[in-house]
Formats: sequence, structure tokens, C-alpha cells
Amino acid sequence: MNRVLTLGRSLVLWLALPIVLLVVWWFDSAGSSSFYYPPLRTIVSALHREWLGHRIVDDVIPSLVRLLVGYLVAVAVGVALGVLVGLRRRVRLAAEPVLEFFRAVPPPVVVPVLLLVVGIGSTTKVVIIASGCIWPILLNTVQGVRGVDPVLTETARCYGLDGWARLRTLVLPAASPQIMAGARQGLSIAIILMVISEMMASTGGIGFTVVKFQRNFAMPEMWSGILVLGLIGIVLAMVYRLVERRLLAWYVGMRRLERGEG
Amino acid sequence: MSVRPIALPGRPTHGRPGRSLPAYAAGAANRVAGVVLVLALWEVVPHLGLISRSALPPLDRVVRAFGDLLGRADLWSAVRETVTGWAIGLAIAVVAGLVVGFLIGTIPWARELTESTIEFLRPIPSVALIPLVVLVYGTDIRSALILVVYASFWQMLIQVLYGMQDVDPVVRETARSYRFGALARMRYVVWPTALPYVMTGLRLAATVALVLEITAELVIGGRGLGSLLARAQSSGAIDNTYAIVVITGLLGVAVNLLAQRAERAALAWHPAHREVPA
Repeated sequence: MNRVLTLGRSLVLWLALPIVLLVVWWFDSAGSSSFYYPPLRTIVSALHREWLGHRIVDDVIPSLVRLLVGYLVAVAVGVALGVLVGLRRRVRLAAEPVLEFFRAVPPPVVVPVLLLVVGIGSTTKVVIIASGCIWPILLNTVQGVRGVDPVLTETARCYGLDGWARLRTLVLPAASPQIMAGARQGLSIAIILMVISEMMASTGGIGFTVVKFQRNFAMPEMWSGILVLGLIGIVLAMVYRLVERRLLAWYVGMRRLERGEG
Repeated sequence: MSVRPIALPGRPTHGRPGRSLPAYAAGAANRVAGVVLVLALWEVVPHLGLISRSALPPLDRVVRAFGDLLGRADLWSAVRETVTGWAIGLAIAVVAGLVVGFLIGTIPWARELTESTIEFLRPIPSVALIPLVVLVYGTDIRSALILVVYASFWQMLIQVLYGMQDVDPVVRETARSYRFGALARMRYVVWPTALPYVMTGLRLAATVALVLEITAELVIGGRGLGSLLARAQSSGAIDNTYAIVVITGLLGVAVNLLAQRAERAALAWHPAHREVPA
């Protein structure tokens, strides 16, 4: 009984503020005659009209596919290169300053460079996304691999674990909290790059559509596009968190024990 | 949330102190060798025709463009514009993050009540607001400012909240037993606990702020480095484009170093400084 009560209480607390905010927005904007601030009701109907029809197939899905392909390529290449670099001290020392510089470059500047060099196209956008979000993943992998407990490394060596087995059972799991932190930074960069590559040079995609609405001064439609981008951000963050929770369940448990909360 | 593996006893996190001078020199030589190798490849690869020169101009041409740019007034005014926008935006985000974070952390219920809203608002990409700010503010500095503040505020807020949650219960109870007032508890219990998190938030926010400042200039226009880059690209000046990219990278390195320096200075007293949550 008590548990049901606590659960109900936290559910109420969880839902209360978002609902209040939405209700306030709904009623505050209902009578709005401001051009830039259309009633939420019109935005929602624009959302329904513009995005639930052919745009899902024509704009939303292609954008998301480019995002996912670019991001997954960055994760795969970043982790693979990061392991190669991180396992050898001399390679790591030689590579780190260069990689740090690449990470410090604000990722969106790759957009003009690649537009100039390769031109506009779906592949270019995937390359833009991948090349922009690979650096935090790569560098975090290098640092995670470097930070593997030497005692564990020696133990693995004593038991004759090497090559693929050592990588799979020791190096990658030990580095995974760092890798996941890098992958999270990479994901938000990937979303930024997806949007602005479509805004700057494109004939389709979510970013392009939103800017097209803006240029035509179609306010409710533009607002609906902003909502779509926001929803995509929220959904991707949730998916990411689910993946992270599964991959790092052991780590969270270990930390809790070490803090004496077990 | 701490993502760096915790330093177990006996695990060297930073090998520096114990390392001998020759080993240190060898490490430094290795680093320099890496940089030199990459620069040499940049010069040689386009000359050999492995990558077309119109796609990747050889290093000497980019260096020349870089030198030309350094002598031009419009580069320096662009840098000033970008740095100003970055600094103002970061300052607003940091102050707002601290104030809101401390309020939420102090008021009972506030944390539970706002958690879902924060989780919803935080992942909304700042760049989604671009069309809106363009219509309302055009190329005015406020356009970029809104994007910068929106993106970096969450970084700060989240870290402040983590920090305030991390207060050791024993310390909290001790302070209560000694009848510390609210202000004294804030000053001697909460603030020292939260400071490492605050500095982490500052470092993350500083990086994100620069990314969004440049992004806004690139997409919206104006007078900063990003718009200089967009102009160089649209006029097809490939050498200049690469040179400006390098300049933005140097700016990024400068921001990182500055943030690290600030973190170290603020946490010099902290016994576990090397375990600062990332």
C-alpha cells in the first residue's frame, strides 16, 4: 500500500509541471494575435497537417537515416581507432595532441569545408555528421583504454588472454563508461550537424523544411517544425539512455557498492 | 554523473609525478613527432596528387593564407565579435545555471517537481530555434546569444544539481548538530561539495557555447568568425576556408586551456582533484 502511494506521488510530481506548462502555453497563446507567437492550437494542427503525411517519408525519415548512419559510422570507426591508438603508449602520445586539436575545432565548421570540397548530396551530409561527431568518441576511447586497471591487464596476461578475447572481456568493458560518455557528446553534435547541414545546403530534410517555412513566413508550420526537432532530440536522448543503462548496468551497480549505497 | 572510472588505490591516474626526466622527454618527443608527421602529410599528400589540391590545399598555401588573414582587420574584428558573443552567452548561462540550480537544490520538492521538465527541455537541440531567432532578431547579436545560452545553460544546471545531491549525509548531519545556519551550511557544506561539479559544468558549457556561437554565425550570418568562414566558402576561397577552420580550432584549444586553468585554480585545495567527475 505504502509503495503504491510513493509510486503515485512520484508520478504526480513527474507529470505536474509539464502539464501545467503546456496548459499555460495553450491558454496564454489561445487569444494571441502576435504574428510570431501563434496559438498552440494552430501549431498542433499544423504539426498534424504538415508532418504526419508525406513529409514523414520524404523529409523526416531520410534525415534520421543520415543521422543514424553518420553517427554509427563515427561510433564504429572512433572505437576501433581509439582502441588501436590507446593500447600502444607511443602511438597514443604521438596521436593525442593532434586529436585534441581536432576535437577543439567546433564541429559545424566541417560543413562549409565539405560543401566546398565534395558538394551537396546525401553522402556529403553523412560524411559531415560522421566527421564532426567522431572526435569525442575517439578521444574518450583512447583515454578509457589507457585507464584500464594495470592489475587486471596483468591478470589477463597471466591467464593467457590475448588478442580478441582480451579486447572483448577486458579492454572494451573497462573502457565502456568513458566510451559511452564520448558517444553521448557525439550524439548531440550529430543532431546539430544534421540540422544545420540541411539548413545551409539542401533540398530536403527536416532542417531544410523548417527554414523553408521560415522564409515563407509560415509561422505555425515553422513552430511545428521546431517541435518536431525538439521531439527528435527528446526521443533520441531516451533511446540513448536505455542503451546506456543496459550496457553499463554493471558499472552503475559497482559505483553504488563503492559508495556504500548497496 | 561521474563517468570517468574511479581511481582505485594503486591505479595510477596520472603518471607524471613518478616518471623520470628521460621518460618525460621521450614522451614529449613522441608528441612533437605526431604533430610534425601530420603537418608533413598535409604538405605532401596534395603535392603527390593523392587528394586533389582543390580539395585539400597543401600546408604552405594554407599557412600563407593564415598569415594574410592575421594582417587583416576583418579577421580581428570577427574574432572579437565571436569571443564577445561567447563570453556574454557563457556568463548568462553560468549565472542562470547556478541560481536556478541552487534554488532547485535547496527548496524541498523542487528537484522532483522539475526533473521531468528538465529532462524534456534539455535534449531539445538549440539549433532548432534558429528559424525563430532569425525572424525575431535577424543577424543581431541576440540571435546567437539565445542559442548559446540555451545550449550551455543545461550543461551548467545539470552539474549544479548533481553537485548539490552529492553532499555527504554525515557532513550534512554534523553541520546540523553544530547548528550551522542556512547560510553557513551553504558556504561550508554545499558549496565545497558542489564546486568540482560546478567547474565541470563551466568547462562543458564553455565548449558548447563556442560551438553554438560559431554555428549561429555560420547559419545566420553577422560579423563573427563563422560568417567570415561562410563568406570564404561561398566565394570558393579554399585556402582561406582552411585557414579560418584552423583559427576556429585554435580558439577552441584556447577555450579548453582557459577552462582547465580555471578548474585547476578553483580546485587546488580539493584533496581528490584528479577524480573530478567528467
